[in-house]
Amino acid sequence: MDFIGAYTPGHLTFLLEGFWITLQVAFLSIVFSFAIAIIVGVLRYAHIPVVSRVLAILVELIRNLPLLLIIFFTYFALPEIGIKLDKFYAAILALVIFEAAMLSEIVRSGLTSVEKGQIEAARSSGLNYVQTLWHIILPQALRRMVPPIVSQFISLLKDTSLAVVIALPELMNHAQIINGRNVNFVIPTFLLVAVMYFVVNYALSVIAKRLENKPA
Amino acid sequence: MIDFSILFSHGDMYLEGFGNTLKASLLALVGSLILGTIFAIFRISPIRPLNWIGAAYVEFVRNIPLILVVFLFFVGLPAIGIRLNPFVAGTMGLTVYTAAFIAETIRAGIQAVPRGQTEAARSSGLTYLQTMRYVILPQAIKVVIPPMGNQFINLVKNSSVLGVIAGLDLMYFGDLVAADTFVTFDVYIFVGLFYLILTLPLSAFVGYLERRLANGR
Repeated sequence: MDFIGAYTPGHLTFLLEGFWITLQVAFLSIVFSFAIAIIVGVLRYAHIPVVSRVLAILVELIRNLPLLLIIFFTYFALPEIGIKLDKFYAAILALVIFEAAMLSEIVRSGLTSVEKGQIEAARSSGLNYVQTLWHIILPQALRRMVPPIVSQFISLLKDTSLAVVIALPELMNHAQIINGRNVNFVIPTFLLVAVMYFVVNYALSVIAKRLENKPA
Repeated sequence: MIDFSILFSHGDMYLEGFGNTLKASLLALVGSLILGTIFAIFRISPIRPLNWIGAAYVEFVRNIPLILVVFLFFVGLPAIGIRLNPFVAGTMGLTVYTAAFIAETIRAGIQAVPRGQTEAARSSGLTYLQTMRYVILPQAIKVVIPPMGNQFINLVKNSSVLGVIAGLDLMYFGDLVAADTFVTFDVYIFVGLFYLILTLPLSAFVGYLERRLANGR
């Protein structure tokens, strides 16, 4: 093990550059997947005859597939039907598909957790269904969704490392490049990378716990 | 259209991968149940240093990516002279990773059992270990089973990382078939179907258990 050789300023900047890509991919994915999840979650909550059913099946299928397979699919299989994406967008697309399915479940259970009396009260005060959903149910549900969404973001941040299989230049990929230079760098590099993931994710999990304990 | 002839020409590869995915998942499940229970007991034990070890393990492992854990076994250990075959390295990585989540699930289950139960058992003369074994754990198991089922579904899906280190699982054989037939799209659809054969029934079962528990059994 060669800690001094592994932790040169050059290597450290290289790892931070990788981490920056990791964070970008994670952030863009959570934003897009949350937007989709809200739409899917609301459509499923609203019990629209065919739409809700189809979405339920789609969500169930995606949630039960390995993310790694979805990444392979968006990067290697989609070009076969004419959709060619570069690594960065293929990774984001795969993460968005997977996370949107996961988050839509959180959104849906958040919506269902709002008491029925709230809906009845809103409807009897003359709000229509959409107004009730928008002004009464969603704001309350969103507050309850925050802690599980933060935990989901932690998994997302960890899952970006799977994009190492399509050589996306994120943190894991940069670690592997450094490891390729000298066997003695392997353990020091992995330890440092683990600490980098840990620091960010642990901070997020502390925030999630804080939010959970705060009465909504 | 999807070319089903791939299933016939390469069925044996799919099946071998499927078998290994199942094997890795089951081995890792058993391993992580044992390891997870140990760490859960550490976390709630009255001995302070054990608490710290348990908490450190759970918090550290839960907050790093699975693939990093697997790489530590597959790339990290050889760097200090310990060489494992990819399947073993992958399964060990999965075990260590999943154990952290299982420890957390079990701890939550144990803490869901009212304190009075422990006090009553201890005052009747049972030792700490006997209290755990005969009073607390049997009650905790009921609460713990549905989330444990979810962990197992995750484990099956997560076992696909073996594909990255040539661990002979479904994902790995899927890649081989894709390289062999040049029809990536269809090949991956079939890989997905094989995963769903395992995960969909499991998730339906977990859903059933959750509903039963919610209805007060």
